Amino acid sequence: MKKGISYAKWGYIFLIPFFVVYFIFSLVPMLETFGYSFLDYVVSQGSVSSIRGGGGGADTIINHGFCGFKNYSDVLKSDGLFTLSFKNTTILWLVGFIPQIVVSLLLASWFTDIRLKLKAQGFFKTVMYLPNVIMASALSLLFYSLFIKNGAMDTMLGHPDMLNKVGGARMVVGLINFLMWYGNTTIMLMAAMMGIDTSLYEASQIDGANPTQVFWQITIPLIKPILAYVLVTSMIGGLQMYDVPYLIGGTTGNPAGVLKTLVSQIQLGKNSSIGAVSALSILIFIVSAILGFITLKVMDDKSVKSMYDVKKKKQPKKINMATSRK
Amino acid sequence: MARIEGIAGESDSQTSLKVRRVVAYVVLIFLVLISLLPFYLLLINATRGKTQSGLKVIPEGLFARNLRNVFSDNFKTNYGSFLRAFANSVIVSFFATTLSVYFSALTAYAIHVYDFKLKKPIHTFILIVMMVPTQASAIGLYRMLKGLGLTDSFIPLILPGIAAPAVYFFMIQYMASSLPLEIVEAARMDGCGEYRTFNTIVLPILKPALAVQAIFCFVANWNNLFLPQMLLDKQEMKTIPVLLQMIKANIASNPMTADTGLMNMFMVLAILPVVIVYLLLSKNIVGGVSLGAVKG
Repeated sequence: MKKGISYAKWGYIFLIPFFVVYFIFSLVPMLETFGYSFLDYVVSQGSVSSIRGGGGGADTIINHGFCGFKNYSDVLKSDGLFTLSFKNTTILWLVGFIPQIVVSLLLASWFTDIRLKLKAQGFFKTVMYLPNVIMASALSLLFYSLFIKNGAMDTMLGHPDMLNKVGGARMVVGLINFLMWYGNTTIMLMAAMMGIDTSLYEASQIDGANPTQVFWQITIPLIKPILAYVLVTSMIGGLQMYDVPYLIGGTTGNPAGVLKTLVSQIQLGKNSSIGAVSALSILIFIVSAILGFITLKVMDDKSVKSMYDVKKKKQPKKINMATSRK
Repeated sequence: MARIEGIAGESDSQTSLKVRRVVAYVVLIFLVLISLLPFYLLLINATRGKTQSGLKVIPEGLFARNLRNVFSDNFKTNYGSFLRAFANSVIVSFFATTLSVYFSALTAYAIHVYDFKLKKPIHTFILIVMMVPTQASAIGLYRMLKGLGLTDSFIPLILPGIAAPAVYFFMIQYMASSLPLEIVEAARMDGCGEYRTFNTIVLPILKPALAVQAIFCFVANWNNLFLPQMLLDKQEMKTIPVLLQMIKANIASNPMTADTGLMNMFMVLAILPVVIVYLLLSKNIVGGVSLGAVKG
């Protein structure tokens, strides 16, 4: 709209609800968290909060005031809250993500292969996406009961008692994350692959390229932006990993605390070490802001710029954002 | 999805193509099996008794017993009423979804249709906000709500739905491809007010996008554990995922007395609504995942 002078105010008016709510429920809490991260601030509850939640007696707030970067240096120590849980989170993410991206690339290239002509694609996609809509906590509890000692899967695999072993527990969490996300990633990559000009494939066939060559020389280079996008959004999602490791490992993140993730520290520390947990939250914020910045750079020319700078020239191919939803 | 079938190269080794096809189907069927096996075992285990040891592939006869137990008084005193938690989940998910979808469309409309100075910075700002996990500000939110006595309330679970950057982003992409500004101008010519134009003319055009986003929002809210677990202390306020987490904690701490059959039945009931919705609307949902990506 080039002549919208008298209408401009409506733009601002319609933005009010978003920004009021954002201000109250996100910005102010973020700033408060930032403030807490510089305080020597501990809450001890009147009685130990039970498993059912809910503290018993009155809270005692011990606030010794400003303490500079002490919380940050504490959580960043080699055995600090952030260091340990960041390491745990990264490993858990990798264990799920590596098989996920490999399988998804393979499936997407099969589904979009013009010569392979796979049938029942709708059925396969429906089944593969199903675990993504299932409650993550239910899926995790289900896997917990299947892999626990003498559980169904434990029996099937010959009693490895995986949940009590560091590597085994990581594999179970990785498996759940893999099942939840490979369908989603496959669909995303398929959309990218279907956007590739078919004449490129035809030309490569005429030139006698085999499927492997086509995949590495044509498909991969052309879907690089969406691959990068999938990678970074999955990292941001991974940073927020909570339900799965928490339901498997409980508050202690058993075995040996390797299932303690960044976000589970926030949940556990909400009524105790506020200062330290706030510092941890701010560090999560910084890491995700960096990742988010990379995402925006990746989408940049495709979405942000073209949408409002060169509007109406041509419809740009947009990178899909559906996965940013958790 | 219309593709030109391979014209050239079709002749080069039909056998290798066949082999590849067989390999593809074998892998796909394997993945289908590992995707469905857990749910099959869940159903079987929901028919089994209190202590379950080993693998069973044929249902036993305790389905009704487990179902009764979920609604029993014993369950109520241990974890709270299932029906109450179910109703809580429905209330929170329904209102949060409605707000998310409506206000994200309104926000996207503001950026898409109107021209004002801060348009581009605001668009970029919302995209940046989208990347920041809500958990990062959770501790501040929790302390703030605790100070206000708002922790045992659905308000902080429902209202933030108004500011949903991911839904906004989806909506604005949809508008860029399916909402011609001429329609808005035509409505203005006819003397339709700006807000009314949005409600009566634009919203109906956005229906497909609203529907897809509503499904995704509902599922996300239904499955949400982190914030409800953080905020809800009172038993009668808890949602399904919070109850589920309590059952797990109980089983882990008292494996001797835990009722595994009951737990499995609870999980069946917890995921059932989403599974039904998914099976009914799977085409739209799977299509919605990449909507906007395939649209030119």
